[in-house]
Amino acid sequence: MFENLSDRLDRSFKLLKGQGRITEINIAETLKDVRKALLDADVNYKIAKTFTDKVKQEALGQDVLNSVKPGQMMVKIVHDELAKLMGGEAVDINVKGNPSVILIAGLQGSGKTTFSGKLAYLQKTKKGKMPLLIAGDVYRPAAIDQLKVLGEQIGVEVYTDMDSKDPVKIAKDGIKYAKQKGFDLVIVDTAGRLAVDEQMMNEIAAVKKAIDPQEILFVVDAMTGQDAVNTAKEFNDRLNFDGVVLTKLDGDTRGGAALSIREVVNKPIKFVGTGEKMEALDVFHPERMADRILGMGDIVSLVEKAQEQFDSEQARKLQKKIAKNQFGFDDFLSQIQQIKKMGNLKDLAAMIPGVGKALKNVDIDDDAFKGIEAIIQSMTPDERDNPVIINGSRRKRIANGSGTSVQEVNRLIKQFDETRKMMKMMSGGGGKNLARMMNGMRN
Amino acid sequence: MGKAFFVIRTFLFNLNPKFQLAMGIFSSNKKEKLDKGLSKTKESVFKKLSRVVVGKTTVDDDVLDNLEEVLISSDVGVDTTIRIIERIQKRVSEDKYLGTSELNILLKEEIEKLLLENNTTDVDEFIVPETKNNLPYIIMVVGVNGVGKTTTIGKLAYQFKKAGKSVYIGAGDTFRAAAIDQLEVWAQRADVPIVKQKMGSDPASVAYDTLASAIKNKADVVLIDTAGRLHNKINLMNELSKVKNVMQKLIPEAPHEVLLVLDGSTGQNAFEQAKQFTKATEVTSLALTKLDGTAKGGVVIGISDQFKIPVKYIGIGEGIEDLQVFNRNEFVDSLFN
Repeated sequence: MFENLSDRLDRSFKLLKGQGRITEINIAETLKDVRKALLDADVNYKIAKTFTDKVKQEALGQDVLNSVKPGQMMVKIVHDELAKLMGGEAVDINVKGNPSVILIAGLQGSGKTTFSGKLAYLQKTKKGKMPLLIAGDVYRPAAIDQLKVLGEQIGVEVYTDMDSKDPVKIAKDGIKYAKQKGFDLVIVDTAGRLAVDEQMMNEIAAVKKAIDPQEILFVVDAMTGQDAVNTAKEFNDRLNFDGVVLTKLDGDTRGGAALSIREVVNKPIKFVGTGEKMEALDVFHPERMADRILGMGDIVSLVEKAQEQFDSEQARKLQKKIAKNQFGFDDFLSQIQQIKKMGNLKDLAAMIPGVGKALKNVDIDDDAFKGIEAIIQSMTPDERDNPVIINGSRRKRIANGSGTSVQEVNRLIKQFDETRKMMKMMSGGGGKNLARMMNGMRN
Repeated sequence: MGKAFFVIRTFLFNLNPKFQLAMGIFSSNKKEKLDKGLSKTKESVFKKLSRVVVGKTTVDDDVLDNLEEVLISSDVGVDTTIRIIERIQKRVSEDKYLGTSELNILLKEEIEKLLLENNTTDVDEFIVPETKNNLPYIIMVVGVNGVGKTTTIGKLAYQFKKAGKSVYIGAGDTFRAAAIDQLEVWAQRADVPIVKQKMGSDPASVAYDTLASAIKNKADVVLIDTAGRLHNKINLMNELSKVKNVMQKLIPEAPHEVLLVLDGSTGQNAFEQAKQFTKATEVTSLALTKLDGTAKGGVVIGISDQFKIPVKYIGIGEGIEDLQVFNRNEFVDSLFN
């Protein structure tokens, strides 16, 4: 449904080509696209407006460099600004008290109980804590059972009081129990409540007052729409929470709520939920979130995936070769093999901004490299190291040897030359080279 | 000028589906409850709009900008908002002196069109349609995590039972911790039988058992719960198809209805949910929950514009009675009265 922003920007920036500078006039269309992308991602209406104004100020007067596409430059400005807004220093949760008390709050169905379980599990397994979960949701049927089942799964005790309907009392008693039994961390789960429900908001404020938690976390569904702003503000006004937990990020929502909330309450996003398993809890990456909101594809993940697969020693050697312009067909071949190791080609390519769309209707299977591999394998070692020596008769021999045609050999050599040039030009991170290489191969 | 200001203010005030939803559809008792909860939203939108339209008598760019903001802020969605605004712009350019009061009428027409195009049959009550061979009418309830599937089933069971039907519930969410216990509480409240197995068992098998019991006991309607699943998880979506297939062994037409539950506070992802669930299970109706929050009625407009699936129920609270049949005519009327 959502058109990829970088594609859209590429298109609108075609107009810009040949113009040396970003101006008020040539930027208008692009800014409109940026704004629409933000709104499509559920960024709050007002915040989207202020944001695009800010980007405009940032971009005006900048020279359009020859080496990058203006669209990419604009994406970068937008992306950086987004990441800056959501980012800053990563802030950990405060678990210094004894026991330290963490209060969990949020709307119905946002994932508080699941998050409580995940947090307890994380603190137990990674931080050496001895957590106690307190089941404070006395309203939703079987909410207490749910926490109990989760507690059993992760081996964490759950404090319950089936006779009480008073969350304040349960929380207080639970903490008392924790002190007696020597738990050093207490996580208080609470019932979901609407920000406009006066009575329920009073109740959670009363819980806060009674237990004086070191840390209050506001749990919010990443799919939340325009109302995220009001909800976050209301909870913050009442609780002055310390951080935000963004759940269900394993869905395909663009998650603009993250930006809205950050803007409105200026509190850090401390965790993101990425699945139904108890381990599926992650720290927040502003850069990735920026990519996501813009619909740029998760290029960071691609780079990381690539890095995992690439032997670092090999990568270093390759870097050197590229720098000295000694990148040969053997290296090309090994890169292809690396790519193949990383998994399904189309999936990988789709992660690269701009490429995904171009490949939408193209059927690539992993055989796409077969011809290329055959051609390279039909070259002599000399030819592979030093491709300039490949003249007409050598081309004919290679074509025969690989069962391809001279045209195909010509095309590959041309693509290789271009790739080499590009690699030299941007001899930086491995992921970028990869992206370029894939781009080169499509032509 | 003072009067014109008041008229425009009232108009723009009335425009916002957020609280409009609450105005006409609900009985006065519920309306009161909602009004109270929504007062905050009203104030902020009210303030926002009144500042900009001071002294305006005709529809100009400022008014349209405001309209855009109101629509988008209610999660109507950019595409539908643009479509509405463009149509109004066109009319404005044709008629130089289009006043804000005419804009009101125009808007009503547009939104009516959007809502009614895809929703021809309006029902007023909780009705169980006739089925072949008098077999039970099967409703499978699907949706992403945390939208309120189980709660909606509890409320539906209560309403059908109240309407004199014999109801069976199948506890098909065998994945989430204590989901079965939760549904059991609702079954007790509604006083209807529930068919269940252990947590972690095969949901298709639970569905099969439920249908078998319902057929044996000549039930009128069966509600099958399913575990929440994100629509981009292919394996989980395939599981739904399997549940469907297994039910068809007993009743070839089952499920007669696939009800997709959407959280009223969800933003644009609701569209993707509707799309993906429809692809996997041929969704036939929608329920919109948690509309008592700040009542995001805007989603109804957007969804009706982009999908052919009718909104059938709306959830407006945590009580067992807090589910209503969605009536489009009333909805549109309430927007503009």
